[in-house]
Amino acid sequence: MAITLTDEVVRNAVDTAALTRRLRGLRRKGQMRALLLIAPLMFFLLAIFVLPIGMLLTRSVDNSEVALTLPNTVNALASWDGATVPDEAIYAAFAADLKASPREDVAEVAKRLNYYETGMRSMLLKTARTVRNAEASYKDAFIAIDEQWGTPRYWRILKQAMPELTDFYLLAALDMSRNEAGAIAAVAPENAVHVDVLLRTFAVSASVTLLCLLLGYPLAALIARSQGAVANTLLILVLLPFWTSLLVRTSAWVVLLQSRGVVNSALAWLGLIDPSQPLELIYNRIGVLVAMTHILLPFMVLPIYSVMKSIPPVYLRAASSLGAPPLSAFWRIYLPMSMPGVSAGGLLVFILALGYYITPALVGGPRDQMVSYYIAYYSNQVTNWGMAAALSAILLVAVLILYAVYNRIVGIDRLRIG
Amino acid sequence: MNERFIAFEGVRKSYDGKSYVVRGLDLNVARGEFLTLLGPSGSGKTTTLMMLAGFEAPTHGTITLDGNRIDSVPPHRRNIGVVFQNYALFPHMTVGENVAFPLKMRRLGKAETTERARRALDMVRMASFDTRRPNQLSGGQQQRIALARALVFEPQLVLMDEPLGALDKQLREHMQLEIKHLHGRLGINVVYVTHDQSEALTMSDRVGVFNDGTLQQIASPHALYEAPANPFVATFIGENNAISGEVVELAGQNCRIRTADGSVIAALAGDGLKQGARTTLVLRPERITLSPPPGSPNRFTAKIEELIYHGDHLRLRVKACGCDDVRVKVPAAQAQSFQASGTDIAIGWAPEDCRALALA
Repeated sequence: MAITLTDEVVRNAVDTAALTRRLRGLRRKGQMRALLLIAPLMFFLLAIFVLPIGMLLTRSVDNSEVALTLPNTVNALASWDGATVPDEAIYAAFAADLKASPREDVAEVAKRLNYYETGMRSMLLKTARTVRNAEASYKDAFIAIDEQWGTPRYWRILKQAMPELTDFYLLAALDMSRNEAGAIAAVAPENAVHVDVLLRTFAVSASVTLLCLLLGYPLAALIARSQGAVANTLLILVLLPFWTSLLVRTSAWVVLLQSRGVVNSALAWLGLIDPSQPLELIYNRIGVLVAMTHILLPFMVLPIYSVMKSIPPVYLRAASSLGAPPLSAFWRIYLPMSMPGVSAGGLLVFILALGYYITPALVGGPRDQMVSYYIAYYSNQVTNWGMAAALSAILLVAVLILYAVYNRIVGIDRLRIG
Repeated sequence: MNERFIAFEGVRKSYDGKSYVVRGLDLNVARGEFLTLLGPSGSGKTTTLMMLAGFEAPTHGTITLDGNRIDSVPPHRRNIGVVFQNYALFPHMTVGENVAFPLKMRRLGKAETTERARRALDMVRMASFDTRRPNQLSGGQQQRIALARALVFEPQLVLMDEPLGALDKQLREHMQLEIKHLHGRLGINVVYVTHDQSEALTMSDRVGVFNDGTLQQIASPHALYEAPANPFVATFIGENNAISGEVVELAGQNCRIRTADGSVIAALAGDGLKQGARTTLVLRPERITLSPPPGSPNRFTAKIEELIYHGDHLRLRVKACGCDDVRVKVPAAQAQSFQASGTDIAIGWAPEDCRALALA
């Protein structure tokens, strides 16, 4: 009897294991099929989104040019103490590197060193040109080109620029740098621009988000309360701006807001302003806020509308039957219930606004340019990929932090976009 | 007792300006009464309730509550509790906050608010759910919270708009009793809207039957069932065999009706019945007896068309008195003797169980 029972137990155990295996196999098959279906999208995203952005972001810490161009110098300087004048071996290694490298590579290194100390570029190019024909002793040859080569200063800068990874760009993006001793310090106030730009970017984005909320919330409420054809027409009007290009919409504001534009003419005709002193509505902060609010408004209205649409009117009736006057019913019931839409719209508008480039560039003044403008400036005009990447990285990190804070306070599962 | 605690006078309501949803309503409700408004959807019963709550304004007529006109008072100043069909508990508040909401709106002190909210929750036996969110509760529990919230500010009148519509049958019956007991204990007025006639009959002091925007009849459940005022009420409340015929004899309370096949039925005469007029009989299936003794009034031969088994009783569909669809309800104890359809049997009923109604 006992034996049969044991057999039974064993057989059951085996069956269970086999069943679990089979179930797992079936589930995996289903998952594989699902993965296969989204594989094209995954590859597409990987190839044109994740990969390029990742590569660009690595540029913010990449510093391999100097080490690649000057391999011997890197080795020779590794054992140097940084305080005394280097010996002949180091001069010889540097000369050998300069002789062996193509001009373009040396130019790259020279540009790179110029970030640390203005004037290094032309000095190094001159040195490289002259040293190509020089013989030992190289120390004398270098000092003959520039007396500074006889002091540890230039060599320290060179050594500082050697490592393959650098925090130089990231620090610069936050208006900081390492001094000669290697400690992090703020740059001189007259050279500090980036923190200002980052703060300005956040301030403009926050203002635009607030303006969109103030304008968009009542509009969304109106659409949610309208019925049938009226609601449809209003929704189409909200979406209408999407049918024209961003550039056209922005340029339209130039026509409207310029000193002899439609708005100023109308105000002058009404006698509200003196025609000889038109209001300055464009190429300043006002222009940026007006144009960006107009462009981003739909992104605020649509999520709020979709949430409001799902709030049954019975809640407001319930509130008023319980003694809540209309204003209290709105504050205590309707607003909290529409909050998921407000936070979704707010997050959407804020994040979109952070990356705005064209609109501030067209309708803003020099003091209204946002961080994207500087990213474009560094990547298109002065080809400083390191700075462009560092600013992008800082913007990205700021957004991620914001998102995390938001998730902590509001909870991302409460977000409702569509 | 104030017989006109709630009074509707000549109330009409139109939404689109073309047709009336409620056309001419006169209705008085006594203090402490449990009144149910019953009717098919679109009959105007919910609109009537909404006008009483203040969510809709009457197009014509006046509504008074305890002698004061309320038809232009906004809902938040009417002090009327409302329980909605889907409870309408605020999802972003806890159960406790939901119940305390009306007290907060009335600016009561913190201690008193807490105490009264706790008492209201105790009353519906939900005190331990204080900190839960409504979406963590079952339908029946949410219903209790909604009830507590509508009662916590001690209104004189509570309106309920199909409050049990979303619950399953057993829970619904349980909650019906609970609401009835609360009403009895608190002595408040309840106006209750439903389309479920058994709910209306079991809970109410009086039931108002609506159809097509008019109040068809308002009476106690017993009177409504036993003496329906018109064919609509007769069919809407309970099951009815609507045998039609012509009045051949009218003598005070009694009359005789000749049906299409020439059978003559003795019945009670409803109000306004006239000699020679067409009429419809009200005859409840459970009042028909099988094989009545020969010679008793209203004894007819019927042919069984269909037998339907219902567990505790058996339903017969028979052909009798020129009507193909006469239904007979037979208790299970008498049901053994039936074999099959097609058999002829004798059926009969007392003349006082059968009422001839004047057709409008």
